[in-house]
Amino acid sequence: MTISREDVLRVAELAHLELTPQEADLYRGQLDEILNYIGKLQQLDVTNVEPMTKMAFANVVSSTSPGAAPHESDFDLREDLLKPCNIADAVLDQAPDAAKPFFRVPKVIDR
Amino acid sequence: MSAATPWTVAGIQEALRAKKISAREIATEFYADIARQNPTLNSYLALSRERAFAQADRVDVATACGEKLGPLAGVPIAVKDVISTAGVRTTCGSKILETYVPPYDATAVARLEKAGAVILGKTNCDEFAMGSSNENSAYGPVRNPVALDRVPGGSSGGSAAAVAAGLAVAALGTDTGGSIRQPGACCGIPALMPTYGRVSRYGLIAFASSLDRIGPFATNIADAAAIMSVIAGRDESDATSAPVPAADYASGLEQPVQGMRIGVPEEYFAEGIDSEVKEKVLAGIALLESLGCRRVSLKMPHTEYAIATYYIIATAEASSNLARYDGVRYGLRVPGATLIEMYRKTRERGFGAEVKRRLMLGTYALSSGYYDAYYLRAQKVRALIARDFSEAFEKVDAIVAPTTPTPAFKLGEKTSDPLQMYLADIYTVTGSLAGIPGISIPCGKTKQKLPIGMQILGPHFSEAGILQLARAFEKAGGFTI
Repeated sequence: MTISREDVLRVAELAHLELTPQEADLYRGQLDEILNYIGKLQQLDVTNVEPMTKMAFANVVSSTSPGAAPHESDFDLREDLLKPCNIADAVLDQAPDAAKPFFRVPKVIDR
Repeated sequence: MSAATPWTVAGIQEALRAKKISAREIATEFYADIARQNPTLNSYLALSRERAFAQADRVDVATACGEKLGPLAGVPIAVKDVISTAGVRTTCGSKILETYVPPYDATAVARLEKAGAVILGKTNCDEFAMGSSNENSAYGPVRNPVALDRVPGGSSGGSAAAVAAGLAVAALGTDTGGSIRQPGACCGIPALMPTYGRVSRYGLIAFASSLDRIGPFATNIADAAAIMSVIAGRDESDATSAPVPAADYASGLEQPVQGMRIGVPEEYFAEGIDSEVKEKVLAGIALLESLGCRRVSLKMPHTEYAIATYYIIATAEASSNLARYDGVRYGLRVPGATLIEMYRKTRERGFGAEVKRRLMLGTYALSSGYYDAYYLRAQKVRALIARDFSEAFEKVDAIVAPTTPTPAFKLGEKTSDPLQMYLADIYTVTGSLAGIPGISIPCGKTKQKLPIGMQILGPHFSEAGILQLARAFEKAGGFTI
């Protein structure tokens, strides 16, 4: 697998990165080397293997003793209750350009 | 503080109770040492003096009033700069968050303070915890206090160096692919990565959400256990935190380890390992056998695929998590004519080279046409790696292996070759992918006096067991074997 300069520029665009020509060349070479290494995964037969999409503890037994592993069913969601948090001001204080209660950004809609 | 008698959690508790010293005096001592050593080491990025002294004074008032002290009363602790601290600048080692001051505390930090700990400051790290040498920090590298021309490991290099140099009694780090254990090994101190979900990630600024964990660095096993007992446990603010009460990790430490079965996977001693590392870790295993542990040889056939798997999953998750840094809500903004131009210019200036490299790799792995070949396949191989471990733990109580293939390397040695840097994590990414806990403990030194780390991995939620083994090893002199 080789990654072209065009691929690098396309990926940079998707990742919202603006690369200099030097960076594009440097990353092309480095990503190429890394992708070649990663290519070793293609050697493995993964037929009938379920992807591990989350941290599951299904293989461990539920127990109530301290420190023992929980069962997956223990990971129930909490009740969906409204809790006022009043943090808008503290959050907006960190914004580079706030017009409370809004974040101000360059114009996005033309009309 | 003299090097011969470093402060410990128990030592501080005893000294405070006997009124030999105040918490304020202890904090003052540590800040004086930091002022002397930090210009060389660069382990701290920010000091939280005001907050630390206010907390120390609370402890001293409680002591004077004869109130019961928290389990970490007066204990000076450093916190990695990817963990949020209310009112204390938190940069993640990145220019993009150079001015960011979190409005809230991470749960782990809040729990430490509730237990009486004194948070001294924030420690240097690789940018967004991406690195194995701390050289990816936007604020300069950290030097290894054991050998100043060498890296402290990464990404929690500042936390490891601070504790190893006596600039904190303990520290919080984070581990995504080895970022607690590997710097622990490089700096010669115990470093524990808990089970995924054992310690709340609330307030931990995300790198790879299915892998990130918070855990302690300390100078001895009892201290690591004391901190774990405080920070572990369910937190409603982190849906992935495990709904199981934390154990008192300190209570079982002195139990004998006779009869415990320790697995030794042959893949961790294959080509690429430094001969002195191999020799010392094998001597460490022999020491555990002399304490009555039974050695079992293991084969873990998917080990060689772990780095490739890790660098797909971690970068894919990072590309999603770091999309939030766009100049809108916090941190750096570089103006642009359009919204998209503002995003691009902000991210171009704000992120360092390694972060950009990983964001591109992760974006590529998730992009249309490549998803099945990379991300989906990596998730399947991750399942195979996890299965290697679950099968092993049917035969053994713990797995013992080297933490790193080599001792700490020289500053600048691997910076031009990202893939070589990634391979420094070869023995640590496996446990990360499987979600299991692991501790790195000192296991002697090389002829050049560089620390060697041995890791003990256990099944999910077996922190008490691996700490018990680590303590038996410490007590038997294993740290200086």
